[in-house]
Amino acid sequence: MISSMQRPQRRRTRRNTISIALAMAATLFGLFWLAWILWTTISMGISAMKWDLFTQMTPPPGADGGLANALFGSLVMSLLAIAIGTPIGVAAGTYLAEFVNRKRIGEVIRFVNDILLSAPSIVLGLFVYELVVRQSGHFSGWAGAVALAFIVLPVVVRTTDEMLQLVPSQMREAALALGIPQWKVTTQVLYRAALPGITTGVLLALARISGETAPLLFTALNNQYWNADLSSPMASVPAVIFQYAMSPYESWHALAWAGAFVVTMFVLLLSLFSRIVLLRNKVEQ
Amino acid sequence: MAVHPQTVPYPVLPEDERSRRDAWFDSAFHRIVAVAGFFVLIALSGAALSMLWGGRAAFGTFGLSFLWSSDWDAVNHKFGALVPIYGTLVTAPIAMLVAVPVSFGISYYLTEVAPSWLRQPVASAIELLAGIPSIIYGMWGLFVFVPVMAEYVNPWLDQYVGSGPGIGVLFSGPPLGMGMLTAGIVLAIMVVPFITSVMREVFLTVPRQLKESAYALGSTRWEVVWNIVLPHTRSAVIGGIFLGLGRALGETMAVTFVLGNAHRLTPSLLEPGNSIAATIANEFTEADSDIYLSSLIALGFLLFVVTFIVLAAAKLMLNRLNRQGARI
Repeated sequence: MISSMQRPQRRRTRRNTISIALAMAATLFGLFWLAWILWTTISMGISAMKWDLFTQMTPPPGADGGLANALFGSLVMSLLAIAIGTPIGVAAGTYLAEFVNRKRIGEVIRFVNDILLSAPSIVLGLFVYELVVRQSGHFSGWAGAVALAFIVLPVVVRTTDEMLQLVPSQMREAALALGIPQWKVTTQVLYRAALPGITTGVLLALARISGETAPLLFTALNNQYWNADLSSPMASVPAVIFQYAMSPYESWHALAWAGAFVVTMFVLLLSLFSRIVLLRNKVEQ
Repeated sequence: MAVHPQTVPYPVLPEDERSRRDAWFDSAFHRIVAVAGFFVLIALSGAALSMLWGGRAAFGTFGLSFLWSSDWDAVNHKFGALVPIYGTLVTAPIAMLVAVPVSFGISYYLTEVAPSWLRQPVASAIELLAGIPSIIYGMWGLFVFVPVMAEYVNPWLDQYVGSGPGIGVLFSGPPLGMGMLTAGIVLAIMVVPFITSVMREVFLTVPRQLKESAYALGSTRWEVVWNIVLPHTRSAVIGGIFLGLGRALGETMAVTFVLGNAHRLTPSLLEPGNSIAATIANEFTEADSDIYLSSLIALGFLLFVVTFIVLAAAKLMLNRLNRQGARI
């Protein structure tokens, strides 16, 4: 009789055990891919690393060379994108957090911003192609920077909005009670309090755009040579990786792996660093 | 002590002029941030309209048949979106079929099963997957994963599943390694961190009392997750899944590398195909006629419309939980 009462109990326990085993398997499954991808990138990348990577231009097939022009192009376009996207993003985030007086408008803008945040980057590339490349008649580094800025924008809008909302309202009230005008309260009190959070957002946006490929294909295109002129086509590391990895040449594959390694390390270190910035600030508070 | 106005240190500006200046700055500042706020709206609608404009030649020439024509003939200038649409609509669900149970398993493990010291490191590691640029997934897929699929997985599927009735036709084909199945799996790995992070966060919003009451009544962990946590967070979980679906639909680089860029319609998941995003990425710089370019941009517009609908649905479902008191 006891055993017949225990039977449903045993079935529940068994189901629970199986579910836990499957959950562990799912977690190991996720970590397995992470380890595999990182290991491949690191081992293939390190064996292809050499000093020439940072000093030589992208070579024709079979010849030796580096990625200097691509690294330079990526750096310039990413920094420009940050320089364009950050002020607009911070201003829009400020509007959402501090100035929206009709709730409906704020909801709509947040909604649209979240969609922009997850929208396929290739779509933004096509947008900038129509907006800049088609109008100016040629591919250019500027177009690439603008395309990347559209990816920076929603990230910065969202973090600024969230970080400003985290600032205690007593700070606002205390400052306003002293008779300080609102623009000064925002720029000198609230921005100072929200700075670490906004910085994290900008760093995460930088991490995101430094690996972006799709929007650059239609805007900055690519360039085999050193080019510091933003109004002509510009090389970037992801675009070069795409071109070289799809090619049949071994020497190009090696360079593509080296580029992949550099980009991955940069992105991962940047996101680690931004987390530390945020964490340290939390501890201080 | 009475303070005479004269003894007060003279202000930089007279009071009324100063307040007038402050008011002017206030309204200017307000205007600037409002313009920036509305710029977000303009950006999204501008993206949609510019692609509709760029694709007008294709929509005008081919009409609605653009949607279901499988032509893709650059020489005779005949273009139809059926093959890329099919590829996108097949790879994304394959990805979700793999990613959703895995993400649920990871979230379950991280919120109910794992010892607390392990939770944060494992969650961060899974989030690391989201940080890896998609082109790295593509390269890894092309050079490492495709050969594995070609060597082991595809021949096995072809031999044991492909000869079967019904679904057999999905899994028969030459062991090329590239194809819908490979692309679907790579996409799954890419969206797992996104779905997991939403699921984990909403699982954590379930009130402690609810879970502890269930445990006190003798529920197992599985019963708590299945009967308490999941019903409580249902809409947000579906929202998270849609968010992942939006990513999978629009993902470009990873898919471009492993899909094989073959423009034909085939029921087999083991054969090369194409997707909307991969077609655009592969052929944009090769487009040699206006109608070709216009067709590619029209494809981009279709992709935008589909992802917009999916992401909007995701957002609405996530907001439903937000309104119940949790902020994600």
